[in-house]
Amino acid sequence: MITRNKVYNFALNQTTLLLFAALFVIFGSLAPRFLSPSSFQGILYASSTLGIMAVGITLVLLTGGIDLSLGSNMYLTGVFGHLLLNVVEVPVWIAIPGALMVGLAYGALNAVLVTRLKIVPFVATLGTLLMGRGLGLVITRSISIDFPDSLTGLRNVAFLGIRLPVMVMLAVMLLFHFVLTRTQFGRQMYAVGNNGEAAAKAGLRTTRIVAGAYVLCGLLASLAGVVAMTRLGRFNPNFAAGDELFAIAAAVLGGASLFGGIGVILPGTLLGALMIPMVRSGLVFVGVDIYRERMVMFAIVFLAVFIDSIRKEQMEKRERRTIMKVDVEGESR
Amino acid sequence: MSPFLRFSTINKSFGGIHALRDVSLEIEGGVIVGLVGENGAGKSTLMNVLGGVLEPDSGEIHIEGTSYAPQSPRDATRWGVAFIHQELNLFTNLTVAENLFIDGFPTLPGLPFVDRRRVRRETEDALHSVQLEIAPGTRVETLSPGQRQLIEIVKALRRDARLIVFDEPTTSLTSKETEKLFGIIRGLKAAGKTIIFISHILNDVEELADFIVVLRDGQVQGHGPIGEFPINRMISLMVGRDIRNLYPERSAHDPGPVLLSVEKVSQPGIVRDIDLVVRSGEIVGVFGLMGSGRTELARIIFGLDPQRSGQIRLKDRTLSPGQIRERIEAGMAFVTEERREEGLVMDLSVQSNLVLVTLRSFLTRFGGLTKPGLIAMESEKIVEQLRIKTAGAGTTPVKSLSGGNQQKTVIGKWLLSRPDILILDEPTRGVDVGAKYEVHAIVQKLAENGAGVLMISSELDELIGTADRIVVMSRGELTGEFPRDSYEKELILAAAFRQSVVMSEETGAGGAV
Repeated sequence: MITRNKVYNFALNQTTLLLFAALFVIFGSLAPRFLSPSSFQGILYASSTLGIMAVGITLVLLTGGIDLSLGSNMYLTGVFGHLLLNVVEVPVWIAIPGALMVGLAYGALNAVLVTRLKIVPFVATLGTLLMGRGLGLVITRSISIDFPDSLTGLRNVAFLGIRLPVMVMLAVMLLFHFVLTRTQFGRQMYAVGNNGEAAAKAGLRTTRIVAGAYVLCGLLASLAGVVAMTRLGRFNPNFAAGDELFAIAAAVLGGASLFGGIGVILPGTLLGALMIPMVRSGLVFVGVDIYRERMVMFAIVFLAVFIDSIRKEQMEKRERRTIMKVDVEGESR
Repeated sequence: MSPFLRFSTINKSFGGIHALRDVSLEIEGGVIVGLVGENGAGKSTLMNVLGGVLEPDSGEIHIEGTSYAPQSPRDATRWGVAFIHQELNLFTNLTVAENLFIDGFPTLPGLPFVDRRRVRRETEDALHSVQLEIAPGTRVETLSPGQRQLIEIVKALRRDARLIVFDEPTTSLTSKETEKLFGIIRGLKAAGKTIIFISHILNDVEELADFIVVLRDGQVQGHGPIGEFPINRMISLMVGRDIRNLYPERSAHDPGPVLLSVEKVSQPGIVRDIDLVVRSGEIVGVFGLMGSGRTELARIIFGLDPQRSGQIRLKDRTLSPGQIRERIEAGMAFVTEERREEGLVMDLSVQSNLVLVTLRSFLTRFGGLTKPGLIAMESEKIVEQLRIKTAGAGTTPVKSLSGGNQQKTVIGKWLLSRPDILILDEPTRGVDVGAKYEVHAIVQKLAENGAGVLMISSELDELIGTADRIVVMSRGELTGEFPRDSYEKELILAAAFRQSVVMSEETGAGGAV
């Protein structure tokens, strides 16, 4: 029998799917052109950078932390990419791995601040957010930079009609989907996020697991930076500034909980990452004033975060210890 | 031959208070030992020593004749000592199988991926051993408390536990689940495991245990085979005989009009049909064991937790559920059990803490600025009146005060609001003997001036020494009420244990609750 309670619980647990479907239906009915294949391709292409970032954020959120430093990480990756390509003039296949080292170092720094120095993740990564952008500006003297065709040409590489940036995003998602669902490290991340103390008691290396999440998030952010550089071809001092907020929004829209322990890459984070450009292009199709885009966007994000809070509360209610024997009260479980 | 487990003259004290005094005990292998005692008798301290959570001040433990001195819970696990706590350590967001293997998954040969098939198969086998018919892929959050407990047992067995300690395992189980758990515990015993079973439900202990150990005041009061320990004897050993005169004289007097009345208050799973009145000038004691719902009742009365039905009235005013501010304005005050977390702002001064509740009466009419002079004056009065020992009420942070002086500060905070009804939850926990006396004197003074007091305590002696009337709670219900002239420790405890007791011949009293 379908009860109101069941519907409510379904809505609570399938928020991502319902939101995704709702956006689809609303924009589709308001602007039929939104439903065209080229529109979908555009959305998919636009989500590639964000999707890679959102995977990293999902990892960190799973452990109950947060990473605000992604935008600056991407900027610094760009700066080093520029130094390698334009100044040292190494080939692309060396420059890209070289630039990714920035992300690795960035993530490692966040990991040290959070796990060794025990700084609250919010403050630690806010600090590295400001620091990274500052360092980049010192190096570039805040000029804009163009990248050579050897890099930008990569965006047009396609296989079966899927362009390289999209392929990279899908590969990253597939890889981390397997890491999270099939490896010991992945499952232990869920355990740490659910109950850190119990995880430590069970003998898990919680510090290492949490640190791993930040390092991977840093690496993925700089990969997203490389993808963004490839797509845009040039960058200025505002490159990727504020993008971390959209990545966090995508992860939460995808069902990752800000309270830790809950979240999946496929389909969750993928759908979340698609929703952001979907709203953007949908609003354009519908003809909404582009200055209102952010307000609409974050109204949706607030909704997702609000639902996350309700879900958390529901769970706590279920976990609350009862004093009386349940069968005495006649409330069957 | 040496016994399986031997405690030799274990001592442990916390800041001058002996939690364990020369505890010596021998436990044979392959038996079920029931460990009973009042709250604070030393059961958990002894088990924490056994589990490597606490280190004893002196004394030794031997397992099968080998010296055993665990430094951490992991040491205990390595020695085959497992604990099934009331608070379970499961990951609710993971499946049953993942919970069993979280500290080491088998992987596919040559790959980093978890061998799911093997995990599923081994989990099925393990679940089968405790007759738990659920799929290995079931998420723990969907399981009942009883099922979760069985999973903890499976975890212990997977780590080759030889000694399994059950700490109050049945309090959150249904009677059916309890029966099943007992079956499994007996099965463990048959398989040669040694079991220590701690419970406040003496019927359960009687049904299950082969041996009984009774603790009181950190000492072993008696131990032996179950046949020598009928429930009556367990209770009288737990209670002891020494009556300490630690409380101010309480003279009989006639209480005034009803101030607080609680009528048929219920909240599913927490409390049921609570009827209670507190009159002016009266100190009503609420006695109950841990988990009896006494704190929860206080929280409901003060509006911190929801109530599904029933009414709470203060004087003539019916209070709406959940309205704390309304209660404070109507004259209700609540000294919580958690002094540090809920009663005080530990880094603020004594003065700032004293005016927390009544700050609004210390504000200028325009602009709402505080009046430091008035605050200093009023808090100085309280500090003198309650004899709070502090280097300077305006500067000393509360955290540097002793437990007793902290508690006086909490009470002082409420005195400033001039309460008609004062609810005290464990007001003397962690307070030394001298300060205890003073706290009780303050409470009595308040009652003499016409306030009504509801005092919750797990120390029966304290309530007998100070309360005009004692009501007893057990598993969310009131199970007894005793006026001052008929205080009988055995009967009160029996009500708390929901046990009918036939008193010994000498006292002549008898009956059940």
